[in-house]
Amino acid sequence: MFQSDQNEGDPRAVNVDLQTDATLQVDISDALSERDKVKFTVHTKSSLPNFKLNEFSVVRQHEEFIWLHDSFVENEEYAGYIIPPAPPRPDFDASREKLQKLGEGEGSMTKEEFTKMKQELEAEYLAIFKKTVAMHEVFLCRVAAHPVLRKDLNFHVFLEYNQDLSVRGKNKKEKLEDFFKNVVKSADGVLVAGVKDVDDFFEHEKTFLLEYHNRVKDASAKSDRMIRSHKNAADDINRIASSLYTLGTQDTTELCKFFLKVSELFEKTRKVESRVAADEDLKLSDLLKYYLRESQAAKDLLYRRSRSLVDYENANKALDKARSKNRDVLQAETSQQICCHKFEKISESAKQELIDFKTRRVAAFRKNLVELAELELKHAKGNLQLLQSCLGFMKTNT
Amino acid sequence: MADTDREDEELFTEPSGTQSQPASLSTEDVSANTNGPNQDALFDDDPEDLFAEATEEVSLDSPERDILLSDGPSPAITPITPPTSVIAPRIGHTHDDMFTHSSFDEIEEEEVDDSFDINISVSDPEKVGDGMNAYMAYKVTTKTSMSLFKQREFSVKRRFSDFLGLHSKLASKYLHVGYIVPPAPEKSIVGMTKVKVGKEDQSSNEFVEKRRSALERYLMRTVKHHILLKDPDVLQFLESSELPRAVSTQALSSAGLLRMVNKAADAVNKMTIKMNESDAWFEEKQQHFESLDVQLRKLHISVESLVCHRKELSVNTAQFAKSAAMLGNSEDHTALSRALSQLAEVEEKMDQLHQDQANADFYLFSELLGDYVRLLAAVKGVFDHRIKTWQKWQDSQILLQKKREAEAKLQFTNKSDKLQQAKDEIKDEIEEMEGRVQQDERDFEQISRTIRKEVGRFEKERVKDFKTSIIKYLESLVLTQQQLIKYWEAFLPEAKAIS
Repeated sequence: MFQSDQNEGDPRAVNVDLQTDATLQVDISDALSERDKVKFTVHTKSSLPNFKLNEFSVVRQHEEFIWLHDSFVENEEYAGYIIPPAPPRPDFDASREKLQKLGEGEGSMTKEEFTKMKQELEAEYLAIFKKTVAMHEVFLCRVAAHPVLRKDLNFHVFLEYNQDLSVRGKNKKEKLEDFFKNVVKSADGVLVAGVKDVDDFFEHEKTFLLEYHNRVKDASAKSDRMIRSHKNAADDINRIASSLYTLGTQDTTELCKFFLKVSELFEKTRKVESRVAADEDLKLSDLLKYYLRESQAAKDLLYRRSRSLVDYENANKALDKARSKNRDVLQAETSQQICCHKFEKISESAKQELIDFKTRRVAAFRKNLVELAELELKHAKGNLQLLQSCLGFMKTNT
Repeated sequence: MADTDREDEELFTEPSGTQSQPASLSTEDVSANTNGPNQDALFDDDPEDLFAEATEEVSLDSPERDILLSDGPSPAITPITPPTSVIAPRIGHTHDDMFTHSSFDEIEEEEVDDSFDINISVSDPEKVGDGMNAYMAYKVTTKTSMSLFKQREFSVKRRFSDFLGLHSKLASKYLHVGYIVPPAPEKSIVGMTKVKVGKEDQSSNEFVEKRRSALERYLMRTVKHHILLKDPDVLQFLESSELPRAVSTQALSSAGLLRMVNKAADAVNKMTIKMNESDAWFEEKQQHFESLDVQLRKLHISVESLVCHRKELSVNTAQFAKSAAMLGNSEDHTALSRALSQLAEVEEKMDQLHQDQANADFYLFSELLGDYVRLLAAVKGVFDHRIKTWQKWQDSQILLQKKREAEAKLQFTNKSDKLQQAKDEIKDEIEEMEGRVQQDERDFEQISRTIRKEVGRFEKERVKDFKTSIIKYLESLVLTQQQLIKYWEAFLPEAKAIS
């Protein structure tokens, strides 16, 4: 059971400028991890008349976030907006497995080693926990910051209704339906992507987003791999420190002091290395993963717009046909007007959304890259200092 | 040099050096020479005893000796000569006879600090020949100011089997009298085959570099030993331009097979000899080395894992760098695009940094541990030899006892015709056995003394080695961090410039 205290290395700042509006402020003030679910305490501060109180909290689980997200996606009114991407499911499986393996292997290692490893796995668990809290919070903040979505009724219910929303996860049938919907969408997407857009802006955005999305995906995967190797190396240094310690306590020559000093040094440096890996994870991997999801959401928007364009063109054709046959002309005219209106509405908001997306993206990358560089420097300098002081000590004492 | 044998790749892999020579000289094959210091020659004041020792004898006719000892007297004739005096004329002065001194510790200090100035480097690996008969030739350069050598700086070309041959000779001469002979680097069939087959890729280059470094460390360790440094085989190895091929290092030769048989015999013997240890020092030291062995192996495994993961990190960083560059290319905001390209450049530099660090991890840390794990096996070897020497002494005592009993029995027999002859015979035999028992006891005491000194020397070396290497390793870590700081400091303004 872990409580979140979001002070150290605030992982939520993948997006920026979301908390400036006093009329509606949302955050996750607390979280509890139970056996296989996480309970988030969603805390709202608002001066809007829609809510009964100015400040209130409810407890929500992951499925309820998903329900909210899906309700946005399915709402035709929001077709012209980039729907903030849903937070990923909290996944403690890997961490739990490791803790279990540790428990099983308890007999084969010394008490110190066991305690050390347990501490580390617990720290890892805590880090994953903090991350999932951050990602759920970012989602809510994005919704709260969006001029239209923040007014959504489901959103208000989500924030205020202090009973269980009784949102069950999708059952098999619904998951299958989703699957087919996605297949159709991607097939459609290919067709739609083939249609050259008259509007330069959107044509450019389409090309850009397709390529960008793929490259972010690749960068995200490679970043993960790199960071994992880094963690592995830090683990090795941990083991080396332990072995050196044992050697130091058993040696009969003057090497014993030497080994103990080096062991102490490696204990400290490997903590630094672990932090480097963790910070790279937060500032680089998480950033890339987030923009992978956001760029997908942007692609979905473009898809919806293209879809409505196709509908509009089809409606035009139908109108022409009706006029030529002089049958159901009124019907065709109405239909065409609806499609035209829909298309124009989507196009207008989509343009703004995509511009905002770029602004947000540039700001987020800037913030994270600067912080990444600063943290790398901080840790490297820390490491350097540890190494130099140890070397200084050893050289004067030999 | 037409040889169909490939001594550098063995079908039966042998661990380098330590137990490859049988403990007792009497079973030695002629080609694995026995012209080491004959124990008898060294410790007996009575020259007559030398020739009475029919079973243990220097093979005076072994061919190598002619080359080696052309300017010195043969050991069998010169009485009371410690191993170093075998080449006394070349040194120019005789050493203290360390074996007539009652305490040897003082001597040890003199020996070691006496202007030890020699540096050996192994370089310029060169492939000689083609196909499966090809081999790598290494240049061995010695720089020294010691009067032991004819020149101050000189080079020779040697191949791997030459190193193995040198070790083989040294081991057969010195291991059984208690000297810790540094083991030679290990053979590697896979590694060498790749090189022979001509693969000019990174892994075979790495293999050659690994081996070159190991050979260099091996030679330095060998010459750091004040006794081994003066051995004629070592001098010949370092100085003479032509070296007779070390045929006996081939596994499938008769010498090789004999070695394997003897090793098996040794293994059995080791398990059955239980010694009445009168000196707690030895048991203490043995336990100490055993636990050191366990710890070093464990540490070695962790360091090897670090090397592996660091190399992985390097590869993954390079891949990420490429990916980040691609991302930068597709980013349509100009400043961000540039920053991402800069990030890609930083990561590329980091990839090289990780690669360099992995090499430092390996050569300064991992190989040190590997060397010491193998050295500890040699240390264990000399302790085992001591036990065997003790066993030999016990056996002689038992035999003497038996003969005495036989003599006593003869007193009470009435077979008068052959009685006097038998009595005389047994008297001679008893006298001989008494001499043998005394000799074996002296051998045992000698090896015990030698081991004490050797352990002292070994531990001193170990302390120095570890300190030097680990300090160098920490310095490599310092360098890496300094580079990291440089790279990220250069990147930071680029990131801040995004607007």
